[in-house]
Amino acid sequence: MHISNDALRLKREILARLITAFYTDDFEENARLIPFDMRPKGCEVTYRCCVYKERAAIRNRVMAGLGVALENDNERTPIEAYVRVAQKRDKPDKEVLTVLESACQGCLPNAVYVTELCQGCVARPCLNTCKFSAIKFVNGKSFIDPEKCKQCGMCIKACPYQAIVKRIVPCENACPVDAITKAPSGHAKIDFDKCITCGKCVAACPFGAVHEKSQIIDVLTKMKLGFKVIAMLAPAAAGQFPCSLKQLNTALRKIGFFDVWEVALGADVTSKNEAKDYLERMERGDKFMTTSCCSAYNQLVKLHMPEMSSHVSETKTPLYYTAEMVKRQYPDAVTVFFSPCVSKRKEASDNDNVDYVLTFEEMGALFIAFNIQVGKCAETEFALESSKQGRKFPVLGGVADAVKAVLGDKAKDLKPVLIEGLNKQSIRELRRYAKDGVCPSGNLIEVMSCNGGCISGNAVINSVKTSFKEVGSYADAGRDILEIE
Amino acid sequence: MEGLKKVNVQVCLGTTCFVMGSSNLQELIDTVPKRYGDDVEVSGVPCLGLCSIDWKFSKAPYVKVNDEVIKEATIDKVLKMIERKLAE
Ligand code: SF4
Ligand code: SF4
Ligand code: FES
Repeated sequence: MHISNDALRLKREILARLITAFYTDDFEENARLIPFDMRPKGCEVTYRCCVYKERAAIRNRVMAGLGVALENDNERTPIEAYVRVAQKRDKPDKEVLTVLESACQGCLPNAVYVTELCQGCVARPCLNTCKFSAIKFVNGKSFIDPEKCKQCGMCIKACPYQAIVKRIVPCENACPVDAITKAPSGHAKIDFDKCITCGKCVAACPFGAVHEKSQIIDVLTKMKLGFKVIAMLAPAAAGQFPCSLKQLNTALRKIGFFDVWEVALGADVTSKNEAKDYLERMERGDKFMTTSCCSAYNQLVKLHMPEMSSHVSETKTPLYYTAEMVKRQYPDAVTVFFSPCVSKRKEASDNDNVDYVLTFEEMGALFIAFNIQVGKCAETEFALESSKQGRKFPVLGGVADAVKAVLGDKAKDLKPVLIEGLNKQSIRELRRYAKDGVCPSGNLIEVMSCNGGCISGNAVINSVKTSFKEVGSYADAGRDILEIE
Repeated sequence: MEGLKKVNVQVCLGTTCFVMGSSNLQELIDTVPKRYGDDVEVSGVPCLGLCSIDWKFSKAPYVKVNDEVIKEATIDKVLKMIERKLAE
């Protein structure tokens, strides 16, 4: 998420410290010390009740940084043991997210309630609008019976003093598929059978309690063992750091990546295949097709909307095609995708060509730990040329535009519809299209889980406004997709 | 001429500061001059060299207003400092 807050800074600092610790002589000991280094004896306690609680929360964040599921932690296992696990495991954990119980505030459950602003007025519109008879008057003031309240919010709108408010649980409220709920303990718990890995809860929690499991130590371990490690940059990377993409190429090589590829190359393959798929479907009489490059959307269809699956393009994602090309060139290399979101970890876990996924945040932490000023790096050219359209994929409308460009004259009947972000409402709309077999506003539906496209993914660093500009100017410098071999 | 105050704001856009949050301070470069006109000058600058000295305390992002350093800078902190400098 681009909005800077202390929870995000904490996370990035811990990652940077963990990477630094990895390169010391005693990784296990230095990882153990991170909570103490960050909250030394006698320091000011910023957020929680005491320094011990803060250290406990940091310890858990270190574990997430090591890629361990916190749900199974018994609190007796020393961090050192997890450090060993992180360096030995062959495959990262399948589940992408984890809840840090020590950081979770155990927020009060969702409720509508009357504040002291209630004037006990004569008109009592709250009483009259409630269809569920949940409101009564106690000591002359409005009171909502939680048993009867359906949280419809009508009374909130009715009160002329704005005295009634809805208290929400931010993560629950953000989840479009009700996958995160409160366990009996009051702490948030993710139902992994429902989770589409969109990461909206990660961004929503003001305590930073929902965490992704990092794969950073896995990647650095492979590098240390001497594997050729190849970085694949999501097109959104072009707008993430205060430098050009070619400078980023150099910066990653300094860290030890053997080669760096643009995933915009794979985007060009996606565009071409998707255009073909679209034409075939229209010819056979389909009324619409949806895109298939957002992994959170693909999970949504798989887990919650199977009726949509026949409308989803069969085209693979840009990452899929890129990883295939990379593995063809370097069959025994280890591939790492740098991603704007955690959702791509889910996609990667089903694709043998993608070994690891790191986010832009983790890339940032690497640069901090290695003390690399990206803006001072020289430029390194990419071996293969990506197109204008491929570079534009991470911006809302970019995929639809690319399909259109490939279709050329045949695009005259194409009418793109942009689903800007997955939420309860847009999911309802999508369900309707699937049920009716038709979408009234168009025939190519581009679905992005994140508002505005991947440039506002949940693990981006730059502000959306700036990265929109940067991605745009990098795209403008490219050639048209049809001009490239 | 006396009374013509100049406040010079340098937002560090070095890598550490950028990752730790100065990416969100970039908008100051546009908004501040609009608000204060010629009295205040804002620019994004490369690493101020503070992150390596102070990294242990992880106080990035840094912003310099004239000669004063703001640690853990936020838009709010920077605007307050500008107001203070203008009033001086
Ligand atoms: S990642 Fe998305 S689907 Fe999963 S629990 Fe969080 S908000 Fe819900
Ligand atoms: S829109 Fe892009 S960044 Fe957001 S979940 Fe989908 S693939 Fe990830
Ligand atoms: S990056 Fe800001 S002081 Fe170094």
